[in-house]
Amino acid sequence: MQALRTTGHQGIPAVAARYRNNFLKEVEAHVEDGEWVKMCMQCGVCAGSCPFGPHWEHPPQEIFMMIRAGKRDEVLKSDAMWMCTSCYNCVVRCPRKLPITQIMHGIASYAQELGLAPKNQPTRDFSIQFWNNCTKTGRVNEMKLTVGLYFKDGLVSGIKQVMNMLPVAIGLIKAGRLNPFELISGHSPKDQKGIAAMLKKARAIEAQRAPATH
Amino acid sequence: MAKKEYAFYPGCSSQSKASAANLQTSVAAMCKTLDIKLTNIPDWNCCGASIAYAGGGELERAVMNARNFTLAAKHLPGQDIVATCAACWLNSRESKDKLDGNPQMLAQANEALKEAGLNYQGSAPVRHMVEVLIEDFGYDALKKPVVKSLAEIKFAGYVGCQTNRPFGIAGESFENPMYLDQLVESMGGEALTAYDQKVTCCGGALAFSEPDKSQKQIRDIVEAAYDQGADMLVTPCPLCQANVEVYQSEINRKQGTKFKMPIVYYSQLMAVAYGSSVKAAGLDGHIIAPTKLQQIAAKK
Repeated sequence: MQALRTTGHQGIPAVAARYRNNFLKEVEAHVEDGEWVKMCMQCGVCAGSCPFGPHWEHPPQEIFMMIRAGKRDEVLKSDAMWMCTSCYNCVVRCPRKLPITQIMHGIASYAQELGLAPKNQPTRDFSIQFWNNCTKTGRVNEMKLTVGLYFKDGLVSGIKQVMNMLPVAIGLIKAGRLNPFELISGHSPKDQKGIAAMLKKARAIEAQRAPATH
Repeated sequence: MAKKEYAFYPGCSSQSKASAANLQTSVAAMCKTLDIKLTNIPDWNCCGASIAYAGGGELERAVMNARNFTLAAKHLPGQDIVATCAACWLNSRESKDKLDGNPQMLAQANEALKEAGLNYQGSAPVRHMVEVLIEDFGYDALKKPVVKSLAEIKFAGYVGCQTNRPFGIAGESFENPMYLDQLVESMGGEALTAYDQKVTCCGGALAFSEPDKSQKQIRDIVEAAYDQGADMLVTPCPLCQANVEVYQSEINRKQGTKFKMPIVYYSQLMAVAYGSSVKAAGLDGHIIAPTKLQQIAAKK
């Protein structure tokens, strides 16, 4: 993760200073589908349509208004966007057709890139684990993903979670839908080298495209 | 009817001994009856699903999908790409829209793909298996090979999210899509059209990271099926299937309920109606056994 450089005399992160503290412009330049944010008309249909609606610290329409109001830290440090289940209900109901799901992912991803995302946010942790898991060989290893998730908070809580889910795991193994041997080796594409090189290049291009820290 | 051929994108969960292995088993049986030839995209990789956004950026996720499209166009030219997993379909389509509609992203994707010796120059459309069934066959043609009636079974059609939004099946509404009920009826089953949790989110990937919040969703989905007198739920989505089946025991443990509602794939009930055995329809791949469907499959 890249560290934030500051401009020095004011202690304002350089990226914020570059946009003269206009957070909306920063979001438009750096966040996936960020150019849509200004289109929100504050109707709140997204909030009312979200399956996890009650759990959002700030529902999407509030996030959009906070972006326009320049509340950079409050938005990027919030765990609100991490409540998105990718159900796309807000997207199909939004009267202005904002790609809200994509924007929420984009803001979460930008917060993560800047190191501002809340630590120990479970969905943030899972998201990173998932990406690392599926890009390690090019395909998901479900066994390693599950075990990694349960043991992320240490051995004791991991064992407790495994004990709770053990009957289910045994059921899945019996049903031929979970393979303990995947801990040793799992499915994978042949050209793992090519996939790794391709992703490395894509990351380098992205870093150039969105130079968030200089 | 002439054989129909497609470039198949199975996705990670449909591999052998993965969480939706029985989806794949039943799809194979269903396709055999309908004379559909699915050829795996050689050396395909993960689509990145919906949850990878904190780890992988927009371009990285698009490049993952571009690699699959390029391999499909190279090895299986002219064949539509077909996915059975809701997330695979959605993420592939979303990436394809971006690549095909944004010349800058396309150029950058190709710069990255070059590292894997590939170049994306467009591909056939990415479609969901349900689109293939409805658009390339139609309900009447799907009805023809039926050899066993499912008349004794009441199905609550649980469409879920990602097969339905944001793309969905052409001509269907986002709020109340009817195709799953129509598929059930085409196979002679009873579709409980008043089931009101048809498009409710099961929590998706957040079933892992936010279990309590997701289990509230799953409880609603299962309870509504009981309210309608359903024998089982039926779904097109592998993650919906896994979440709703797997977490019922957790909800029972924490909340004292006695849920035991089976949840099957549309392809399983089609395979059974077409005469497949319990094993060939993947009905041996459940934690909560869909007993009534198994009984029909076992009948000679």
